[in-house]
Amino acid sequence: MTQEQTEAINTGQTESRNRALWRALGPPVIGAVIGFVIGALLILMAGANVQEAYTAMLRGAFGGSRQITETVLKAAPLLLVGLGLTVAFRARVWNIGGEGQFFVGALIGAVIALNFPDWPRPLLLSIMLLGGVVGGMLWAMLAGVMKIKWGVSEIISTLMFNYIAILLVQYMARGPLQEPGGYLPQSAQFVPEARLPLLFDSRIHAGVILAVILVAVVYGLLWATPLGFRLRMVGSRSSVARYAGVSVEKSILFVMAFSGGLIGLAGIIEVSTQLTRLKGDISGGFGFAGILVALLGRMHPLGVAIASILFAALIIGSESMHVVSGLPNSLADAIQAVIVLSVLAVDALARRRQK
Amino acid sequence: MLTKTNEPVVQMRGIVKRFPGVVANARVDFDLQPGEIHTILGENGAGKTTLMKILYGLHAADEGEIRLRGKPVSFTSARDAIAQGMGMVHQHFMLVNPFSVADNIILGQPSSRKPLMDDPKLIHQRIRTLSEQYGLIVDPEVEVGKLSVGQQQRVEILKTLYRGAEILILDEPTAVLTPQEVADLLPILHRLTEEGKSIVFISHKLDEVLKVSERITVLRDGEVVGVTPASDVNKADLARMMVGRDVILKVAKEPAQPKEARLQLTDVWVDSDRGLPALRGLNIEVRAGEILGIAGVAGNGQSELEETIAGLRKVKSGQITICDHDTTRSTPRDVGRFGLAHVPSDRYKMGLLPDFSVAENMFLQRIGESPFTQRGVLDWKAIHQQAQGLINAFNVRGATVNTPAASLSGGNAQKMILARELDRKPQVLIAAQPTRGLDVSAIEYVHSQLVEQRDAGLAILLISTELDEILALSDRIAVMYEGEIMGIVDAADADIDDIGLMMTGSKPTNGQTRGTL
Repeated sequence: MTQEQTEAINTGQTESRNRALWRALGPPVIGAVIGFVIGALLILMAGANVQEAYTAMLRGAFGGSRQITETVLKAAPLLLVGLGLTVAFRARVWNIGGEGQFFVGALIGAVIALNFPDWPRPLLLSIMLLGGVVGGMLWAMLAGVMKIKWGVSEIISTLMFNYIAILLVQYMARGPLQEPGGYLPQSAQFVPEARLPLLFDSRIHAGVILAVILVAVVYGLLWATPLGFRLRMVGSRSSVARYAGVSVEKSILFVMAFSGGLIGLAGIIEVSTQLTRLKGDISGGFGFAGILVALLGRMHPLGVAIASILFAALIIGSESMHVVSGLPNSLADAIQAVIVLSVLAVDALARRRQK
Repeated sequence: MLTKTNEPVVQMRGIVKRFPGVVANARVDFDLQPGEIHTILGENGAGKTTLMKILYGLHAADEGEIRLRGKPVSFTSARDAIAQGMGMVHQHFMLVNPFSVADNIILGQPSSRKPLMDDPKLIHQRIRTLSEQYGLIVDPEVEVGKLSVGQQQRVEILKTLYRGAEILILDEPTAVLTPQEVADLLPILHRLTEEGKSIVFISHKLDEVLKVSERITVLRDGEVVGVTPASDVNKADLARMMVGRDVILKVAKEPAQPKEARLQLTDVWVDSDRGLPALRGLNIEVRAGEILGIAGVAGNGQSELEETIAGLRKVKSGQITICDHDTTRSTPRDVGRFGLAHVPSDRYKMGLLPDFSVAENMFLQRIGESPFTQRGVLDWKAIHQQAQGLINAFNVRGATVNTPAASLSGGNAQKMILARELDRKPQVLIAAQPTRGLDVSAIEYVHSQLVEQRDAGLAILLISTELDEILALSDRIAVMYEGEIMGIVDAADADIDDIGLMMTGSKPTNGQTRGTL
């Protein structure tokens, strides 16, 4: 090969590296800009000041340590759900049942918290977390078994299981687990021993640290273990995986269990820290938002971590936009949705073009 | 050629196209004279298709200049190229099967009386005129899905002519055709040039290239090796230019020294995906050190046979043993452990993961074993090292350990699969359609590898619908028809007519080993 050609190859490679970076970051940034512009139009139509509204949004999410704390607390469950779903989506198993798994995880953990308040704190907390994991895991595996045994689409079954789980928790919060003498649909408050410890003299709790550690764990699982390799094989083309001796069925069960487990963990953490009791409505849509976080993060643990922070910022920021600039709550939600939608749309368009 | 004094209709100068890690075109020059059939010849991965995609506006060149009838052009899409009178017939047809021929031809064409469609009668009339003018006979009103592959190709050519194409690019047009259809196509091409069209013909089949073209440009590794009038060269010259050395067009092999039976199928019955019997009481035996060829017309149970042995399909009754292990109910993982390796017929649906790297594809089955995994963690350094060794040993060109398998040419993808399967040190190898879609030197390579492995004592089951391949490689030939073995003959005294008859369902009269009725 001539030197000229070698050079040609080398420049070709650096060029492709820059291009790869642009491909990864360009579309979401452009999408976000478009989303904010459309959002600005909505704000104008509502008769408010755009600059003021967006300033309120930014300050609300990142303006000070209190705001940043709120954002981080919102990001933690999104991150856990997003990480779990990343593993499932990598194997092309479309677990849409995060919401239900979140509720079941919270329910099992809460039952433990309410029934064994006298256990020593380390034991109680670890059994609670374990209960949350196992609850979410089994709930998700039901859909996995149905897919393997009878070919039921996991998209439909997991979605349906959401409603069952949500209604079950609402029933429990109003019935068997309702606070004695109370009239709200909620359980008694957990004893302090059943709440995860707070850190750094702030509201940041141990669950946040756990979520951050799991970023590395999921990364390691997917790219440093034979198991992760096989899961990615199944996601890439299951007929090839089967040819190469991978059990596609076991892989489906595993990713269902893994994603359900992480999501159930998110559920019990949320209940143990933010709410300190089981309520009829505990999630605020984490199970669904986590799907977006996983996709926005391109099913990569680091991407998911970034996406969860930004998504949380958007939620917290639009709440504060509503409070400060007096925009109706629904409009703030709409702006939030428009931004997410344009990021996803531009991203999808860019990817289609690359093909 | 020298008699044609006109300016070239197409001039490509110094075309450079890089893909990550590969230079697909390195300063390629190419001319097309009016009324000429000019072949671009080269092996898979030599840069033929890339060059034509640049000409047709599907890729942008990194460097170089394109002139059309003397004027510099730069296309950003195929639409620009079509507007300038270019037409391309792709290897994989771009047709909508449930639509009629006419619908397919006008698809994407602006109508002259928007928002209504043009008058169908007028369209049909125009198509018929074109058909007759060029000898491309098809009925414009018939559904495309009901046409044969050869007829569908005519529709593709008509489509370009309908849009006013003067310059036609035909990307491996004969790859999908039967010999009879090829014989029909070649005169049509001459007719087109007589009517003033110019044709770029892409191929790697030497016979037809010599028959059809006026000039031949040979590409190797992205560079032009030579441009020659077809009348000045013969097959051996072209093969040498293409590959860069003398090519052995016939497989050299000694008589087999078969030993113990390694793979046995006894009265095996298997259903197809549609629940119909696909294998009916199959009996075969493959011994160490021999190649048993399964001949037959495609669709007579070959893919079911392959999948069944590989543990991918359920056996209804009968027994399979691999190296004395009963594998009738085994999983793909287990048959692998008992010594089976498998080069699958469908490379892309089974054999490789296009978005995985070459290194990852090399160890799909063994990724969890030492040295690829140490203490439960993938050892990427070892994986890359071992993969590089196989890339070198099997001469997988255009590949680094990090190249995605999708960017390998067919031949190199097959070498990668072969490397992976042979590196597992198998006792039995199923080689199904091992050279489908490959070019001369890749075929030569695969064939010599199979013979070499046979001589080293491997038991090989060769499943191929190419009778030439079966005859060239096999020591014994079993002919399969509708899921049954019609007869097994020694390759040494095989009679082609007998085999041909058995392939269409007749039993041999001279009574060799027979399949179960």
